[in-house]
Amino acid sequence: MAITRETVEKVALLARLKLSETELEKMTEQMGQIVGYVDQLSEVDTEGVEPMAHAVEVTNVFAEDVVAESLPREQALSNAPSSNERGYLVPAVLGD
Amino acid sequence: MPEQPYTTVIGLEVHVQLATQSKLFCRCSTQFGAEPNTQTCPVCTGLPGTLPVMNAHAFELSLQTAIALNCDIPGFTKWDRKQYYYPDLPKGYQISQFDLPMSDDGYLEIADPKDRFEPKRVRILRAHLEEDAGKSVHDEAAGKADSEIDLNRTGTPLLEIVSEPDMRSSLEARAFLQELKLLLTYIGVSDCNMQEGSLRVDANVNLHLEKDSEKVATPIVEIKNMNSFRAVERAIDYEAKRQYDEWQETGRRLGESPKQTRGWDDAAGVTRGQRSKEESSDYRYFPDPDLMPVTTTAEQVEAVRAALPELPAGLRQRLGDDYSLGHYDADVLVNQGRPVVDYYLTAADASGDPKLTCNWVTQEVLRELKDKEITIEQFGVSAERLAGLVKGIDSGAIPGPRGREVFTTMLADDCDAQEATSKLGIEQVDESELVALCQKLVDANPKIVADVKAGKQQAVGALIGQAKAQNPNVDPGRVREICLELAQQS
Amino acid sequence: MSLLDRSACQLLADLKAGEISSVELTQASLDRIEAADEKVGAFLQQSGRAALAAAEQIDVRRAAGEQLGILAGLPVAVKDVLCDSTTTTTCASKMLANFRPPYDSTVVAKLRSADAVLVGRTNMDEFAMGGSTENSAVQLTRNPWDLQRAPGGSSGGAAACVAAGMVPLSIGTDTGGSIRQPAGLCGVVGMKPTYGRVSRYGLVAFASSLDQVGPLARTAEDVALLLEAIAGHDPRDSTSLEEATPAYSQSVSKPLENMRIGVVKEQFATGLNSEVETAVRDAIAVYESLGATVKEVELPHSKYGVAAYYVIAPSEASSNLARYDGAHYGHRTDQAEMMAELEAERKQLSESGDQRGLDNLDTPLIRMYRRSRAEGFGPEVKRRIMLGTYALSAGYYDAYYLKALKVRRLIRQDYDKAFEDVDLIAGPVTASPAFKLGEMVDDPLAMYLVDLYTVSANLAGLPGLSMPCGFSEAGLPIGLQLQAPPLKEQRLLKAAHMYQQTTDWHTRRPPET
Ligand SMILES: [Zn+2]
Repeated sequence: MAITRETVEKVALLARLKLSETELEKMTEQMGQIVGYVDQLSEVDTEGVEPMAHAVEVTNVFAEDVVAESLPREQALSNAPSSNERGYLVPAVLGD
Repeated sequence: MPEQPYTTVIGLEVHVQLATQSKLFCRCSTQFGAEPNTQTCPVCTGLPGTLPVMNAHAFELSLQTAIALNCDIPGFTKWDRKQYYYPDLPKGYQISQFDLPMSDDGYLEIADPKDRFEPKRVRILRAHLEEDAGKSVHDEAAGKADSEIDLNRTGTPLLEIVSEPDMRSSLEARAFLQELKLLLTYIGVSDCNMQEGSLRVDANVNLHLEKDSEKVATPIVEIKNMNSFRAVERAIDYEAKRQYDEWQETGRRLGESPKQTRGWDDAAGVTRGQRSKEESSDYRYFPDPDLMPVTTTAEQVEAVRAALPELPAGLRQRLGDDYSLGHYDADVLVNQGRPVVDYYLTAADASGDPKLTCNWVTQEVLRELKDKEITIEQFGVSAERLAGLVKGIDSGAIPGPRGREVFTTMLADDCDAQEATSKLGIEQVDESELVALCQKLVDANPKIVADVKAGKQQAVGALIGQAKAQNPNVDPGRVREICLELAQQS
Repeated sequence: MSLLDRSACQLLADLKAGEISSVELTQASLDRIEAADEKVGAFLQQSGRAALAAAEQIDVRRAAGEQLGILAGLPVAVKDVLCDSTTTTTCASKMLANFRPPYDSTVVAKLRSADAVLVGRTNMDEFAMGGSTENSAVQLTRNPWDLQRAPGGSSGGAAACVAAGMVPLSIGTDTGGSIRQPAGLCGVVGMKPTYGRVSRYGLVAFASSLDQVGPLARTAEDVALLLEAIAGHDPRDSTSLEEATPAYSQSVSKPLENMRIGVVKEQFATGLNSEVETAVRDAIAVYESLGATVKEVELPHSKYGVAAYYVIAPSEASSNLARYDGAHYGHRTDQAEMMAELEAERKQLSESGDQRGLDNLDTPLIRMYRRSRAEGFGPEVKRRIMLGTYALSAGYYDAYYLKALKVRRLIRQDYDKAFEDVDLIAGPVTASPAFKLGEMVDDPLAMYLVDLYTVSANLAGLPGLSMPCGFSEAGLPIGLQLQAPPLKEQRLLKAAHMYQQTTDWHTRRPPET
């Protein structure tokens, strides 16, 4: 499938990336090449083949419902780019 | 016949917080009300390199609920990532279930004890297990540019229960929610506290109406931010009217505009449109490579089913069949929750008079609980003692009208019915003694006798008063019968 | 002869015998890093003082007669993608330049409890995406055999530091060949264990269903030793296998009997460099001389491996890297600058009366995400996020992601069938020896095709090993890849050891760096 610049712009928003004009152009071309290569998958007859999402196929892996200690708040917030003494700070979520 | 020219069609999405000790994928506590960001760890804050491990108990609770909701439990279920960006979702995706949920195709039966709608079966499309997000607080009043994020709730297990659009009025929607909450409380899978967010409801609402004898539907609106069952009721009623007005104005039908999300403003009593970006619906679900699928055998499902406690619907049925209670009484008892029902069952079994026991429980006992704001476990009259009171009334040892006095004394003095009876000086009056007393009164009141003979039976009332004055233990009904008979004979 | 010319197993024996101390060995390793790494650039960070302190502790405990772990006193380098609470974990990305994890990855914890001395953190392609280590946002790593050439990647630092004799042991990760390919290009032994054999907890995820941690060293015995230290079930990783860890270091020296080696015809078809072909065929001949029978096997779907891989890996990556949005950790854009940018755009749009543009203008939050990610990620990471986002988006999921998962199963089924007839599959690691730095920077697709021989093992979840089997005329190492059925790491290690007992490629050292 051909990759248009419009598609790339849409995907960039979905992926939350801000691409410059030059990046958009280059990305459109490179994605086009790669997707063109990947398109060869359509040659393969996969009728009746179950998708394989995991490299090992075990099931029913559980942990017991037992509370363990959480991180001290100071430590939890220690990598935050912006925070106050209670929590993480981000630009207003009521973005309208 | 509905008065409106339309039918309201309602489907509900209910998120129930499951009553686990720890979160769905890490071992942080799920306790409500902790200081912000004190119940987080590398896993639930989505730190690089961390991995989720499924809480076994959360899966058990979701199985119990789905089975209680008559759902099918597929042999294989898996977890998917639902991807969107929001600061209360630190991984950039929510672990949820997409195409192979842990349960589907169930139902919940609802009825109205006041018969305002026909009993019906609301189909459950699916119930699936997912993780909760955190909270963002934006203090607009303080005029701050930033929002504060608290990740304590992030990763709490939620069961999302999705109904089919089978409800046709806000009343039915409310009944569904009440019945669902009752069911969840009976199985003990959630505390269902709406204030604390353990039960959250979104409603999908549209209208079916007729235009030039063609059936048409209006676009579906999803209503959010409803914080009580009453709010759900009001929001649906408001939304139905709003959609009808909009339909009359625009004529827009289902499919002609994208699904809209509206938030309920409880104070203003209106729903308001919420901004939705066109790309926001592309969640790019795919199977979570960090979590393994879960398989469930038919034997496991049967074992869970067998271990389920008696459910509200079955209990109502049993109260009707085995205790001869009417729908209304059964409903009142069952809605009080299992402990009150157990109290009733013990008392009814011991007294041998289920009907009279029910009257005492639903009237006197429940009123006491309500007045004193206590639970049945804290209530001072045990089920056995209440049964003693009922038996005393049935045997005549306690005159019916004095039952309430006995009950009050039992409660005040923490004693059984017999002790209360003797404390109150209540004694059974011997029949011959009663006849002698009545004879004396009839003899002493020729005027009344004459009136009775003349057909004015109510005149005998004065004699009852005099009899009670002489012996407080007499049964007024019996006094009336005897006096009437003696008066006629004289 | 430097201490570091000895194998890890030899050093361990010397430490136990009291001939050398861990402090001495650690100091030798630090000295070598000091001397050579300016040219090689294998390390992003070295923990000299902490390493010496740890070494001293081990020496003290040894002197006290304490029971020590299986790596006691040996210097080990760790790829900067495994969380270590004592330092930063950057994944060679600007995004995580200052990230200090408040927890240890299981592998790092296991290394510490095995009494390894962690000497530093090695360079890599940013977030392990790449095959040359040129995608590191921090520095270039050079191939010790030819400083103008790439060490391979993404575990380029991990392979180069072993090749240059800075450490005897090093930890890498392999998502599509990221251990085996640099091991091959740098002339060392590297193994990608069976998926699930080594815990991924604390490994910063690139593609979760493909990522696996593994050892690099100069000999099969050393690789066995390191694997034994890091393998094992981990309840924190749901994909970790509940398998007991064999005593690899004990069993590695027991030769395999009646070995049946499979060879895939297509792997020797056009595109394979003739020097590589010769070296690999010679290696197979060595096995025949050791009593192995060689049989042709077919992996008909492996030619789709790269295509399937470049759908699945970017798809998972696009999701795994969504968390780097500047909200809770990692790089965040300058907010004042961002608000000014938005304001300027708003002004321009309203002046030109572009209502649609105004409606679609990012909110401050969305712009914060977009700028933070644009600034924090390098071009290859962005490319893969874009590819993966595209492959998972509405309308393309079935054609790309789902299709690739089906092809993945076919690839696995091919292996299962092939392993009915053979014990191991032998072949090249890469089509040619180390390429020049900068050679493929502008051709991502060509770079992706370098993974041709290695991705299938990741897709199928199988163990694979790469070891030196010769040199090109230009003096560049050539790698031999061995692949085995799931959980048959022992078979790979024994086979590699047998080869190294008969040949001396692994004893060659790069020219003085
Ligand atoms: Zn947690």
